[in-house]
Formats: sequence, C-alpha cells, structure tokens
Amino acid sequence: MFPALIPLIPFISALLLMAGWKRFSRIGVTVTGCGSIGLAAVIAIIIAMQFSANGEQAIVQHAGNWLEAGGFKTGFDFRMDALSVVFVLVITIVGFLIHVYASGYMHDEPDYARFFACMNLFVGAMLTLVMADNLLLLYLGWEGVGLCSYLLIGFWYKDPANGYAARKAFIVTRVGDTAMAIALFMLFQYTGTLSIPGILENSTHVWSVNDGMITVIALLLLGGAVGKSAQLPLQIWLPDAMAGPTPVSALIHAATMVTAGVYLIARTHTLFELAPAAQTITAVIGAVTLILAGFSALVQTDIKRVLAYSTVSQIGYMFLALGCGAWSAAVFHFVTHAFFKALLFMAAGAIIVALHHEQDMFKMGGLKNRLRGVYWVFLIGCASLAAIPFVTAGFYSKDQIIWLSWSAAGGHVGLWLAALLGALLTGMYTFRMFFLVFYGEEKTKVHHQPGNSMMIPLYILAVLSTVAGFIELPHTMGHVTLFSNWLQPVLPAVSVLHESLAMEWTSQALSALLALSGIGLAYAWVVKHPKGMSDFLEMPAIMWLRGYWSRGWDFDELYNVLLVRPFVYLSRINRRDLIDTLYTGLGAFMEWCHNVLARTQSGLLRWYILSVVLGAVAILSVLIWRIYL
Amino acid sequence: MIVHPTTAGMLLAGVLFVLGLISILVRRDIIFMLLSVEIMLNAAGLAFVVASSHWGTADGQVMFIFILAMAAAEVSVGLALILQLYHQLKTLDSDEAAKMNG
Repeated sequence: MFPALIPLIPFISALLLMAGWKRFSRIGVTVTGCGSIGLAAVIAIIIAMQFSANGEQAIVQHAGNWLEAGGFKTGFDFRMDALSVVFVLVITIVGFLIHVYASGYMHDEPDYARFFACMNLFVGAMLTLVMADNLLLLYLGWEGVGLCSYLLIGFWYKDPANGYAARKAFIVTRVGDTAMAIALFMLFQYTGTLSIPGILENSTHVWSVNDGMITVIALLLLGGAVGKSAQLPLQIWLPDAMAGPTPVSALIHAATMVTAGVYLIARTHTLFELAPAAQTITAVIGAVTLILAGFSALVQTDIKRVLAYSTVSQIGYMFLALGCGAWSAAVFHFVTHAFFKALLFMAAGAIIVALHHEQDMFKMGGLKNRLRGVYWVFLIGCASLAAIPFVTAGFYSKDQIIWLSWSAAGGHVGLWLAALLGALLTGMYTFRMFFLVFYGEEKTKVHHQPGNSMMIPLYILAVLSTVAGFIELPHTMGHVTLFSNWLQPVLPAVSVLHESLAMEWTSQALSALLALSGIGLAYAWVVKHPKGMSDFLEMPAIMWLRGYWSRGWDFDELYNVLLVRPFVYLSRINRRDLIDTLYTGLGAFMEWCHNVLARTQSGLLRWYILSVVLGAVAILSVLIWRIYL
Repeated sequence: MIVHPTTAGMLLAGVLFVLGLISILVRRDIIFMLLSVEIMLNAAGLAFVVASSHWGTADGQVMFIFILAMAAAEVSVGLALILQLYHQLKTLDSDEAAKMNG
C-alpha cells in the first residue's frame, strides 16, 4: 500500500465532483463523496497496521518531483510515522463520519455536489498537510485547507454576512501564514533543506539552545500556528466562521484544520526545544486564550458560537501542553477533542435542523423528551468536554495537561492555575448550554427527527468520546501509556520535574472538583434559580461585562481601530493615487505639446513656406555667426 | 562711388530673391506663386553666374544650365498640379487648398 494514495483518493473524487457538478445524481454524489473518504480511511488503517507490525519504522514515499532548480530540490514526499498516523487516522475516520452525517444534514441543499467537492478537497489538503515530509508540501496543504475553509464558510454565499465571515477567516489566517512562510525561508537559508527530518537533524548542529535566530524562527512558526489554530491574538476569525454549514464547523473548525497549528509545533518540536523562550510564549498564549475564550463561551446565546469559543479554549489547552513540552499530551487531547467536539457540533446541528434552523439557545429548551437520541449523545459530548472524571475521554486527556502544566519542565504554577480556572469555566459554559437546550420549558416545536444517516455517526463518536481515554491513564489510575509509547519514536517523553503521586492526586481531585462545581453552578444558574440569576445578570456592571465577553473581549473593535481604520483612511487619501499623478501629469503635458504643435499644421501653404524660410534664416544665421564671429 | 561688378551682381540676385520670396508669401493665386518660385530660381541662377565670373571658372554657368533644366521640369509638374487643383476646387486660391489639412 502506498501512503500517497490516502490524500490522492479524496483529491480525485473532489475533481470528479467538480467536473461532474450537476451530472451526478444525488446518490452518486453521496457515494463518491463519502466513499472516497471511507476508502482513504480503510487504506489509512491498513497502512497503520503495517506500520505497527514493522516496529514503527517510518514509511516514506517519494511520489514525484515538484521543483528542481539548481541545488534546490523538493518533491511530493509522503511520510507515515507515529505522529502522522495518529493525525491521518483521526482525519479520515472522523472525516468519514462527518461526511456520512453531512449526506443527511445537507440533503435538501441544491448545491449538494459543490459541498461534497469542497469537503473532499479539504480532506485531501489536510491529509497532505499531515503527511508531508517536507515543509513546502506541508505549506501546500496548509494553504489548501485555508482555501477550503474559505470556500465552505462562504458556502451559502448569497448572504453577504457569510461572505464577510469567509473573507475574515481567510485574511486573518493569512497573517499567520505569512509569518510561517518567512520561517520557511529562514529555515531553508540556515539549514539548506526543507525536508522535515533534515531540518530537525541539522538544527541541532546549526544552533545552540537559546540562539537568537532559532528563537525568531520558532516564534514565526508559532505565528503560523496561532493563525490557523485561532489562538490569541488571531483568534477572532473562528467564532465568525460558524457561518458555514454545521458539518463544516464540525470537520474544519473543530476536529481537524484548527488543530493544524498543534501538528506544526509538535512536528517541529526540536526547534521549539532549542528556543525555550518561544516555548514559554506558546504556553502563555495557550493559557491566556483558554481563559479568555472560556469567559466568552459563557455568555453566548448562539449554540454554535458557544462551541466555537470552546474550541478556541480547548486548543488553548493543547498549546499550553506544547509550551510545557508535553508533546504527546497535546496530541492526545487533539484526538479526544476531535471526537467529542465533532460529536457536539453534529449533535448541535441535529438540534438546529430539528428546530427549523434555530440557533439561539434561549429559544430552545425542554428538548430532553423530544430528541431522545440527541439528548444522550449530547450529554456524552458535554461530559467529555467538561472532563467529568473517570468515564470520559476528555477527563484523561485534559487532566494530563493540567497536571503537566505544573509538573513538567516547562510548567509553572501560574499556568497550572490558569488551566484549573479553565476547567471550571469549561464545566460552566458546557452545561449552561446543555441545560438551556434540554431542560426548562419547550419554546420551539420539534420539526422532525434526525434520520439514521445523521444519528449513526453520532453514536459512533459518542462511543469513541468515551473509550478513547482509556489508552492513556495517569500514574494514579492504572498508568496505561499506550498512546505516549506509540508517539515515543517521534515525540520525546515529557520531562517531569515534580514526580509526586500525592501532588498528582491533588491536581486531579482539584480539576475534577472544579469541573463538577462548574456543572453545579450551571445547574443552579439555568435550572434551579433562573429568576435569581437573571436578576443578577441584569445588573448594569454585569450587563456590561456580558456584552464585553460576548463580543470576544472586543478584539474585533481593537483591530478595527488599530488596523482596519488606518488602512481604510490611507486608502481613502490615496484614492487618487499620489504617485500615479506624476505619470498622469507627464502624459497630460505631452498631450498639451501635441495640441500646440497640431495647430501649426493648418494646411495653409504660405504658412508652411514662411516656416521653411524662417527655419532657413535661422540655420544660416547660426552658421554665419559660428563662422564669422 | 564705384561698385564692384560682383557686389552689384550679388545685390541684384539678393533683391530678386527677396522679391520672389515676398511675392510668394503675399500672393494667394497659385499661378503667381509658381511664377515667384521661378523668380527665386533665376535669382539663384544669377548668383551662380556672378560667382563663376568672379572666380573665372565655368562651374557656375554649368550650374545655371542645371537650374534651367530643373525649372523646366518643375514648371511642368507644377502646372499639372495647378490644373488638377483647379479641376477639384474650381479656384486658384492656395488657401482654399487648406481643406486638405489632415
């Protein structure tokens, strides 16, 4: 089996769907669109099994040359090692489930084929990203997923707001992509190669720890990751990206694309280890983002925006783990997050469809008995997101990050406290959403029940959101390390400074307690005392704070003042193009000269004679002057 | 006052040339303009003859023969053009031909 087949199959099916467009029947589109991802998933599983049987020997396939100029040579090299196998499996399997779900969700959509073409293109680009053996190919996939994200956020392009959201996502991530491109140029200049293993090997010879240049490169790479993964200060695009269809939010803006930044940092972890300053900044960005986004999620009214802010917050946890040097913990949280966040988004989509495209949580309520199946899977997803102890995957992955944010070599008490506060917030906003949707009085009638094609992927993801946690258990509970052992060949184990079972128990108990008390608070807030809470929330100071948080801490306004308005102002004063005036003026002067000279061409013979005479006189005068005087 | 014959001849040629020039600028009748050109040619021819007698060579007189031949050719072409112009415009006024401006 060839690794290159895995991204190739979605690409081919995307091409077929684009070329066929309206010639495909609906069934044909469904079979092509879902089947290609299913086939890719099967091949991925086979290759993963081969890979595992061969003692985790990295498989590299050179599928062709791309560029060859002078000493520079780069090709379509695909690499399967422990890290990319994890990402490929999650992308293809979760991607397949989301495609199946989408075939039900988008059933009445006129542009059904276009939707699946873009989705397949996305999966192909994402697989290219995670399987690339050189940074240039990775960058191709990186830009490819950005393009597909743009296309799918603006899928319902007839509403100008969706087009605006798509452009915003594209432009904001472009800021990060530019930083990343510069990092690529610098890496090539210093290490002389773009191949990822080559760069990682050469980097330790070229730079010593804390070298200024490697810090700059690591920070630029971090800039790229921050843009793609919607972290501070480029997090503003993700909540608006919810303008896309819900399967898109589940696939691109929760499970896969937004974690590309995590992948990039994990992939280039050697560079970050050489630049401890950049690593600390990564951790701080993660910690700050997870708290800010948690507060924002707490006050949203749109169910998809709650999930969007929660995604930003959870990726904050992953960045925190990366910053602490807990590489495998970050990747583990990526896996569980992909399961439970895709589950939550798709369950939310099922609710939205059932209620006739109603996204406001305050217009939902009392759905517990109306949407039985969705209720249970949503509960499992929420439990996993809020990290309810012992039974959920989210608990094991998040708890590991919280513990390591203090105990790991790059950890700090401040980061640990931030992570704990995040746990409380997560419990609160998750179950606030849950109670608002399923409890209380029924405000909107259920329009129809979701079909099998939508529910079966949800059940599968619900199972995965629960059992995926048991492949990695902490010291205090059985100490299973299947996942970190698997990643060992690629990502070094985290160096733990404070090895203490008692402390680990304390940390776990605290985070569990905070998550549960968050849930309790949400229960009291929404179900038990809605009256008292609403009185509290109506207080002017609280009202202001709610508005401030729900606008995402006014980052949009900040960028508006700092960047957008000066830019618009500059372009307005330069509307007539100051520099161009010089050239236009030159042209105008020439035209004026032409008009003057054209006047002399009167057609009057005697004028011509006179001018000939005057010319002759002038020439003779000059000659005489030169000769005799 | 004794004027040197060469000087007198040259002065005469100059006066003739200027007279021809003035009349070509002043007249609008195209036949008179052609005549004026002839006067100017003859003034130039006279200057050649005077100069050749001054240097005692025959070159200037040869040049005058050339000028006569050229003037004959010029008149034949010129008259043909005048005829054509008259045929087209029904007038001999050279300013009328300004409508060919373009």
